[in-house]
Amino acid sequence: MEHSPLKVPVMVDLHKEGKTPEYLFWVGCAGAYDDRYKKVTRAFTKILLHLKVDFGILGNEERCTGDPARRAGNEMLFQMMALNNIEILNSYNVKKIITICPHCYNVFKNEYPELGGSYEVIHHTQFLRQMIEKKKITVKNNDNVNKLITYHDPCYMGRANEEYECAREIIRELGADLAEMRRNRRSALCCGAGGGQMFKEAEKGDKEIFIERTEEALETKAGIIASSCPFCMTMLTDGLKYKNREEEIFNYDVAELLANSMGL
Amino acid sequence: MLEQIIFILAFISALGLFIFRLYRIYRYIRTARPLKFKFRSKRITRILKLAIAQSKIFNNPLVGILHAFIFWGFIIINIEMLEIVIDGVFGTHRSMAFLGGIYPLLLSVFEVFAVAVIIACVIFLFRRNVIKLKRFWNKEMTTWPRTDANIILIIEILLMCSILTVNAADSVLASRDHPHYPDVGKFLITGLIQPLFSGMTDSSLVFLERFAWWFHIIGVLIFMNYITFSKHLHIFFSFFNIYFSRFEPSGKMMNMPSVTNEVKLMLNPSAEAPPSSTEAPAGLFGAKDIRDLYWKNLLDAFSCAECGRCTAACPANITGKKLSPRKIIMDLRDRVEEIGSKLLKQEKNFDDGNDLLSRINTEELWACTTCNACIEECPVKIDPLAVILELRRYLVLEKGLAPGQLNAMFANIENNGAPWQYSAEDRLLWTENLSFKSK
Repeated sequence: MEHSPLKVPVMVDLHKEGKTPEYLFWVGCAGAYDDRYKKVTRAFTKILLHLKVDFGILGNEERCTGDPARRAGNEMLFQMMALNNIEILNSYNVKKIITICPHCYNVFKNEYPELGGSYEVIHHTQFLRQMIEKKKITVKNNDNVNKLITYHDPCYMGRANEEYECAREIIRELGADLAEMRRNRRSALCCGAGGGQMFKEAEKGDKEIFIERTEEALETKAGIIASSCPFCMTMLTDGLKYKNREEEIFNYDVAELLANSMGL
Repeated sequence: MLEQIIFILAFISALGLFIFRLYRIYRYIRTARPLKFKFRSKRITRILKLAIAQSKIFNNPLVGILHAFIFWGFIIINIEMLEIVIDGVFGTHRSMAFLGGIYPLLLSVFEVFAVAVIIACVIFLFRRNVIKLKRFWNKEMTTWPRTDANIILIIEILLMCSILTVNAADSVLASRDHPHYPDVGKFLITGLIQPLFSGMTDSSLVFLERFAWWFHIIGVLIFMNYITFSKHLHIFFSFFNIYFSRFEPSGKMMNMPSVTNEVKLMLNPSAEAPPSSTEAPAGLFGAKDIRDLYWKNLLDAFSCAECGRCTAACPANITGKKLSPRKIIMDLRDRVEEIGSKLLKQEKNFDDGNDLLSRINTEELWACTTCNACIEECPVKIDPLAVILELRRYLVLEKGLAPGQLNAMFANIENNGAPWQYSAEDRLLWTENLSFKSK
């Protein structure tokens, strides 16, 4: 059966129709531009559309939150981005933001309020777990049943915001077996991309951080390394390539795994 | 009488020096930037949990119990200091023995802790010097920090041995009905080691008891002042540091209201300058030295026990980069001590040709992934990341000294609204040909 193309609602259009959606889905720069993470955006959007969630995206009006600039010391640029974004978000009367990036999540939840932008901020793993709890999402097939999956905690969901369980509960919901890495939850090792590192070569050392983390993930013997952050995904995918394991071990976002199990 | 005078003089001068030194450190901390904080009952709960119950140290249960023995031992055995001071001042002997039957019980508890402290200290010495646990041997653990740690452990062992010696000699004398050593009951541990001393004459036992007693009290008085120059200062400052620690999510970075004002003017030049701009200039953007940091950062520095749990968890350090969160905090404390007297003289604009950045290399600062692991690990709530980020802010905002690739990222954000070189017009490309069952 041919499926007709899905239409993703954009805020500016909704606004013209006089509609204010319940949620703003903040796609983020990686979600919009990074070829690998675009697949995550698409998977998550399909879940939103399948659930008939009342949402919109900013599309061409979306801009970087300024997070990488702030963590790299450029407060001036961060605040320029933040104040502009807050103006746009407030002009659309946004109350709830769903984001698929822990860095965007952290900055919206913890740092925008001081600059005049207060929203209820929800990471996609939190949203998906809510939907599972409300029985709105049901796993339809055996795609992930009994598969061994390990979960890499993104620093900005984990330690930064103490959210450790949502992604794990989703993985369990898939019927998969969860294998923990040696360093997990509070003591999870960073993928190496935070604090602006994503955009620069690492300082001189004995090893790349992403290789250290990939090796830990491989130690679990899991066939799938799950994560919920675009930067972590880039780093772990690179790690698998570096280790020549990308043909047998796969790096998926929790949303992709769930969309697959839902048969979307 | 002479003994009493010597005791009183030694006690008052040591206590005076100690208080003077603590007050000086307090004043150092007060020279930094102000920071508002609210009282919350949660702060007390946090002290009970982290400091009294040592919850983070117990992440490793074996180390936890050993450290707790030393800590609880320190607190409990200090009760005995009260008796020692009373005896020293009034020339009495075992002035608290009037407590009756409870007295030997109390002393027995002290003795058990004394032995526990000795065992813990010996194991810790072994761990540092024989097993050579990696975090005690990182680059910043140069000769002095390693010696400092050993001195502390050895002094603690000696102090515990001397108190046990006092009790043992004392009780042997008491059992011989010596007039100056009344029988106050049997103590648990020294009751067991008494036979070791039974061959000694009365006079050598008296000498031994007096020597050990003086060794203990003088040792305590010297140690008390030594720790104010040592990493052992954490036994006092960590309580305050935990009390004043943040409750916000650790992912939240401190805001810079001075930048908000500038940006608002930039975005809307017609708006009137906010009233705060008429106040004295806010100083530097970010920090290059002590006076640019906040007082909590300095309190962090004096609370650090140099245990290195932060560094052992730091992804940059684990993979051989120069960054070590512990070194950042140690550098901070060294820098405060270096310029402390100048800070106190209010020489706001003094220039000794150095700053914090002459100790902390930019290579260390740019290696940080802001992953918060150091903050999570610290048993006493030190935040090395806050210092790293303030130094980065100075490098970028005041000096324009970001690594080239980060400058490119800044330019992309500024020009395209994304950290990569993509056009905002392409932000919807991902929505094309989206359908259920498509990838």
